[in-house]
Amino acid sequence: MTDMTAPAAPADAPRKGSLLEQDARTKRRNAAEKRFEVYGIIAVGIGVLALIALLTSILVNGLGAFQQTFLNVEVEFAEDRLDKNGNRDPADLAKVSTFGYKPLIEGALIATVDRLGLRPDGMSDGDIGAMVSNEAAAQLRNRVLADPDVIGTTHTVRILANARIDGYLKDRVDRASAELDGNVTPQQLELTDRLQAAGVLDKAFNWDFITAPDASENRPEASGLGVAILGSLYMMLVVLCLALPIGVAASIYLEEFAPKNRWTDLIEVNISNLAAVPSIVFGILGLAIFINFAGLPQSAPIVGGLVLTLMTLPTIIIATRASLKSVPPSIREAALGVGASKMQTVFHHVLPLAAPGILTGTIIGLAQALGETAPLLLIGMVAFVREYPDAPPEGFFDPASALPVQVYNWTQRADPAFVERASGAIIVLLIFLVAMNALAVFLRRRFERRW
Amino acid sequence: MSLVKLTVSTLAVAAVTSGAAIARDQVQVAGSSTVLPYASIVAEAFGENFDFPTPVVESGGSSAGLKRFCEGVGENTIDIANASRAIREREVQACAEAGVSDIIEVRIGYDGIVFASQIDGPAFTEFEPEQWYKAMAAEIPGEDGTLMANPNMTWADVDESLPAVEIMAFIPGTKHGTREVFEEKVLLTGCEATGAMQAMMDAGMDEDAAEDACMAVREDGKAVDIDGDYTETLARIDSNPEGVGVFGLAFYENNQDKLKVATMGGVAPSTETISTGEYPVSRPLFFYIKKAHIGVIPGLKEFAEFFVSDEIAGPSGPLANYGLVSDPELAATQAKVSNEEIMSGGM
Repeated sequence: MTDMTAPAAPADAPRKGSLLEQDARTKRRNAAEKRFEVYGIIAVGIGVLALIALLTSILVNGLGAFQQTFLNVEVEFAEDRLDKNGNRDPADLAKVSTFGYKPLIEGALIATVDRLGLRPDGMSDGDIGAMVSNEAAAQLRNRVLADPDVIGTTHTVRILANARIDGYLKDRVDRASAELDGNVTPQQLELTDRLQAAGVLDKAFNWDFITAPDASENRPEASGLGVAILGSLYMMLVVLCLALPIGVAASIYLEEFAPKNRWTDLIEVNISNLAAVPSIVFGILGLAIFINFAGLPQSAPIVGGLVLTLMTLPTIIIATRASLKSVPPSIREAALGVGASKMQTVFHHVLPLAAPGILTGTIIGLAQALGETAPLLLIGMVAFVREYPDAPPEGFFDPASALPVQVYNWTQRADPAFVERASGAIIVLLIFLVAMNALAVFLRRRFERRW
Repeated sequence: MSLVKLTVSTLAVAAVTSGAAIARDQVQVAGSSTVLPYASIVAEAFGENFDFPTPVVESGGSSAGLKRFCEGVGENTIDIANASRAIREREVQACAEAGVSDIIEVRIGYDGIVFASQIDGPAFTEFEPEQWYKAMAAEIPGEDGTLMANPNMTWADVDESLPAVEIMAFIPGTKHGTREVFEEKVLLTGCEATGAMQAMMDAGMDEDAAEDACMAVREDGKAVDIDGDYTETLARIDSNPEGVGVFGLAFYENNQDKLKVATMGGVAPSTETISTGEYPVSRPLFFYIKKAHIGVIPGLKEFAEFFVSDEIAGPSGPLANYGLVSDPELAATQAKVSNEEIMSGGM
């Protein structure tokens, strides 16, 4: 209260007291700054935690997809079953369907189990046979068709084990759940343990997950990303070949040549608007124009690529214009001053200096397009596709899937093994995205010039 | 730059010209997500065993599939539409207007709809259609026959034999074909069995209005529409121990370690009880073929014949293993496909 009686200091009076001691107001300001820093750290922390949670859940769920359980079984390619006429005629061989091969493999596994004396008490032949993947019959049939000489001989073949058996080695299935599950019995799990100890059954890195095509719900263990990766690659090729030249040409014109008037303003606003249009809209457009009007095939990477090109163009144009703008006017003036034409100025001086920025923008645009599912939904790419597309350019017109689409497809399937597959596909997609973004960062660091 | 320009112009020209010129050599299928697993199993086996390429199968729902099917005839339209319900007359007309006049209807089998809850949850083991009607109806006729908002809050309110937990049911959303079956085979049956429908008609409602009232589902949060797939229903059941969900038989059979199924009307769902008709909640599954495409798209007829062959759709085939209830009249269907019998118009 004594302060009240002291004469008030004039507003512009020099500061009293020691400079080393903070007055109340400074303290308050400093405290506010500290608080703000803490808020910032909390915000970053929440972001990092969310990222860690996301990555851990994906990695925990998905890493298993890169491992697969295989059985090494001696199979006798019995002539009386596979080639009744004995003439090795390819047409006759092709008549034996995969249903004819199934008993062959199941019998081979049962024989192996009995030879090693591993059969658990009371386990039926049917239960042992059911441990083999449905894919194995196709595997064997393809081998016979490719090499008919194999008939009549005995070979050790490496075949896939059923998804439930695979799940047991990955701790997805245990004996308690097997009691309840009609698709697997505890005896099969017991036999799995014994086969593993005997070296018949093992878990190894699963290249097929990356190279094999999708498989139906009857054989989740055989499904892979091959067609999806090819489809995504083809689409990115189309996007790159179309979006980059068109985008760069449009930006150079708008930035360097176009007069500044109402029309160019309008175009500019529309480009920014296009960048914010929901991607599904481009899918509707693609269906109407490319499929219904131009008559392009459904489910084809060319249509996907065209749709994604439309979607990526605004991103590339905006990035390109920004990097063209950041080239200082002195460069242009110097070039014009020594007698270069406007076009020479742009192509000899401005564009090379803007190139790192353009490439960065393009790569980020491509990465965005790579992760896009919604527009593909309407042009028939969200599909079950098992045939690899041909090599380009014909392959652009063959049906294919795409990486994000494969994730979407697998999450909808009933068999729990597809949960692991979907997370594995996310990991592959993330690896591609991180690689592309790292390339963008590298290009920027390496070639960017600051003025 | 010239290389880039060349590529661009080639691509653009190729895109415009060759699209129509390239002949499609694989069968294209779209439609019901219930039929999708079966269709993809058959497509896979077809690709393995025949010289034709594996058909491409899309999902998206029965209605969406039939809509695309009816877009017209030609290589850039689909050849087969899968549906978890029969085609409607309105759709047949739309098809005819677009030039798709000859349609072959193929019934591949039956799909059971089961009621399941979390395996460690309360004992939901026996249901009756009446109980589902009383639990799900938006309005129930009171003593005097006038409609009042559904007062039942727990399953025990509905029936004393049921667990005393809050009603929380995850039912298929209105875009699913399953919803229609649920309404007709469960709610309407239950409504009739409780006498509620008679009470409504006695109170002066006409039959259609009474049926609509029977099938109107409450909207106070006790019944949750699931617009996604059964995987979404399963996720909701996982986090709601007291919830009950509606699933396809095949989905349940793949997730028996997480779900326990309830009987309906005293009958446990299985492929046997569904094929004999004892289990009441089932529906036929179909696919529709454009006859005009047979002979144009290679492998189309072979695929259809393979789909309904005994080794695929029969009682011990892979489709039955996956949960499809095979059709007792499969032989008739096979004959229909091989004779390319089209649907009679104006049905």
